[in-house]
Amino acid sequence: MALHINNVTKQFGTFTAVDDLSITINENQIFGFLGANGAGKTTTFRMILGLIDETKGNISWDGRQIDYSITDSIGYLPEERGLYPKMQVKEQMIYLGRLRGMEKKSIIKELDYWLDRFKIPDYKEKKVEELSKGNQQKIQFISAVINQPKLLILDEPFSGLDPVNVELLKEAVIELKDKGTTIVFSSHQMSTVEELCESLCIMVKGKPVVQGALKDIKRQFGKKNVLIHADMDLNFLKEVPGVVKYAETAEGCRLQINDEVVSQAILKELIVRDGFIKRFDLLEPSLNDIFIEKVGESYE
Amino acid sequence: MSLMNKFWVVLSQTYMTRFKSKSFKITTALFLVFILAIGNIDRIIELFNSDEEPSVTTVAVVDETNLYGDYLSNMESQTLQYDVTTESVASLNESVLEGEIDGVLTLSNDESQPFTATLRLEDVLNNSIEYEVNELLQQLKVMVMTEESGIDGEVLKSIYSPVSFQLEAIEKADGTTSKTEEEISGARGLVYVMLFLLYFAVITYGQMIATDIANEKTSRVMEILISSSSPVSQMFAKIIGIALLGLTQISILIATGFFVIQTRASDFEGDFFEVFGFSDIDVSVYVYALVFFLLGYLLYATLSAMLGSLVSRMEDVGQLMFPVIILIVIAFMVSMFGLESPESTLVTVMSYIPFFSPLVMFLRVGLLGIPFYEVMLSIGILLVTIFILGYVGAKVYRGGVLMYGGGFKLKDLKQVMHLSKKSK
Repeated sequence: MALHINNVTKQFGTFTAVDDLSITINENQIFGFLGANGAGKTTTFRMILGLIDETKGNISWDGRQIDYSITDSIGYLPEERGLYPKMQVKEQMIYLGRLRGMEKKSIIKELDYWLDRFKIPDYKEKKVEELSKGNQQKIQFISAVINQPKLLILDEPFSGLDPVNVELLKEAVIELKDKGTTIVFSSHQMSTVEELCESLCIMVKGKPVVQGALKDIKRQFGKKNVLIHADMDLNFLKEVPGVVKYAETAEGCRLQINDEVVSQAILKELIVRDGFIKRFDLLEPSLNDIFIEKVGESYE
Repeated sequence: MSLMNKFWVVLSQTYMTRFKSKSFKITTALFLVFILAIGNIDRIIELFNSDEEPSVTTVAVVDETNLYGDYLSNMESQTLQYDVTTESVASLNESVLEGEIDGVLTLSNDESQPFTATLRLEDVLNNSIEYEVNELLQQLKVMVMTEESGIDGEVLKSIYSPVSFQLEAIEKADGTTSKTEEEISGARGLVYVMLFLLYFAVITYGQMIATDIANEKTSRVMEILISSSSPVSQMFAKIIGIALLGLTQISILIATGFFVIQTRASDFEGDFFEVFGFSDIDVSVYVYALVFFLLGYLLYATLSAMLGSLVSRMEDVGQLMFPVIILIVIAFMVSMFGLESPESTLVTVMSYIPFFSPLVMFLRVGLLGIPFYEVMLSIGILLVTIFILGYVGAKVYRGGVLMYGGGFKLKDLKQVMHLSKKSK
C-alpha cells in the first residue's frame, strides 16, 4: 500500500495551485509537506482525499483512486479546524465515527483511550465551544484518528499548540506510525518535521523544489554550519573564502559554509589568532536553512 | 460501510438533533396551545363572561289590544317570560329601575297601524332580548291576522315553504363534471389548510435546511463530513431528515386538530365545520394534497439546500433565502386569489409553472373538475424541475461547501461549478 501522486496539476481558472507534482509515499512512512502559505499543500491534500479533482495527472492509494468506498480507512485533520460548537464531545465523536463506518461501541472505546492519553478525560460530556483552542484541537485530532486509519492526512497538526501538547501529539503520531499507519502531514515547524519525517517535499508556488529522504536532502544541500564560541572578535571570519553567511550569537558566531572543507580553513585561522576557543562545532544543515534558502530563492 | 448506511447516519442525526432541540419543542408546544385554544374558543369566551349567568328575563306586558297578550303569556321561552299586567306603565317603569322586572312591553292598536309595540328597557344598547321579542311579535301578527281572515293553517304553511330548487352539473365530453357546492366548500377548506401548511413548511423547514448546512460550513466541520461521505448523499439525507421532522411536527398538529374536532364535534355541528367540513371530499383530493405537498416541499428544500451551501457566514442565510420566500409568497397570493376565481387564466397558467404549481395546481384539483392529464402534466413538470434542481444543487453543493468568501456574488456560482467539475 503506497500513495502515488503522478504528475498532478491543479488549476483554478488561470491560477495554477499545484504544478506537475509527483510523489510516492511508501506504506508506514511519515511524509512531510513544507511550503510557504499558498504553496498548494492544502490543495494537494484535498486532491488526495478526492474532495477536488486533478486538472491533470492522477493519485492512487493501494493502486486505486480514493473515493467514498474507502474513506473509512482514511483519517483527515483539516487545516481549518471544524467541529460542531454546540455539540458534546461524545455525541460529536459518535456522529463523525459512524460517518467513518464505525460502531458506537468501538467509537466510545477509542474515544476513552485517546481522551485519557491526551489527559482530558473530563471533557467527554462537554460542549466543544466550552473548551480552549488547544483542547479543541486535541478533540479534532481524535476525530481524525478514531477510526484507526491506514492513511492519515494532517494539515498543520501542531499549529497553535503549546510545547507540552506538541510533544503529546508527536508521540501519538509516532505511535500511529508504529502501528502501521501511513502519515502525510504539513507543518511550518521545521524542527517537528525534522524529528518526525523520513521523507519530505518542499513546495513553492505549487512546484516541488526539494523532495526525497531527509538524509539525502541534507547531503545534497552541501552547505554546512559551523558554530563557534570564543572570547574574541570573530568578524574577520566573514572574509574567509567559502563562508556564505555570518551571524553573531551571544557567545560567538554561527557560520554557513559551502563545503565542509572550509571548516578546516576556519579552524586554522582561529588557532593563529590569540584567543580562547570554548567551542568549535561542525553541524549538519538544519531543515530551516534549506527551507529558507529554497523558498527564498524562488521569491527572488 | 456502504453509502446507504451513511445516508441513514446523516438522516437520523439531522432528525434527532432537530427533534431534541429546544426550539422544536417550543414551537410545537405553541402550535398545540394555539390549536387547543381555537378549538375551545367558545369555552374561553364563556370563561370571561361567567358572571352573566343565563337567567330568566321577565317582561311585563301592558296589552291594550286585549288580544295578543293572551298569546304572549302562553309563549314563554327558557329565557324570556311574559307577565300580562294591568298596572300602569309609570309604575312598571319604576319596577324596571328597581330591578324587579327587566322590561315593559306595551301593545296597542290604532287606525293607521294595526299593531304597535313598544319595549322599554333600562339599557337599550346592551340588551339581548330586543331581537327575540321583535321576532316573536312578527310571527304572532301573521298568525293572528291570517286566522282572522279565515285562511287555513295548512295553506299558510305551503305558502311559506321554500321552492324545491336543485343545481346539477352536466357531464362533459371528457367524463368530468364540475364539482357540487358541497364538494367545493369541503375542498376549499382542505385547500386552505394545505396552502397554509405548505407555505409554513417551505418557510420553516427550508430555512432549517439552509441554516443547518450553512452552520456546518461556518463551523468548518463540513470538510470533515465530505471527506467521510459523499456530499450529494449528505444533501439528500438532510432534505429527507428535515422532511421527516416536518411530517412529525405536522402530524402532531393534525392529530391534535382531529382530536379537538372529534371531542367538540357535537358543539360545532352546523356552523364552522360545515363550511370547512371535510366529509364530502373525494379521496383523490387527499392523495393529491399529499403528493403536491411532498413535491412542493422537495422542490423548495432542494433549492434551500443549494443556497445554504453557498453561504460562508450565517448572516448571509437570510439574504439568500429571500428569493425563495418571494417565490412562495407569490404562489400563496395567487392561490388566495384562485380560491375566489379558480377558473381565471392566471391561475391556469400558474398551475403549470414549478414553484407555483404545488399550491396552484392543487387548488384547481380541489375546486374544479379538471382532466387527469392536466394534473399529470403539472406533476411531470414539477418532477423534472426537482430532478434538474437536485442535479445542479448537488453540483453546487459539492463545490460550494469548499468555497469560503465574504458575501455572495453570481460569479461565485461559476467558481463553485468549476470546483465541482469532474474532470475524469
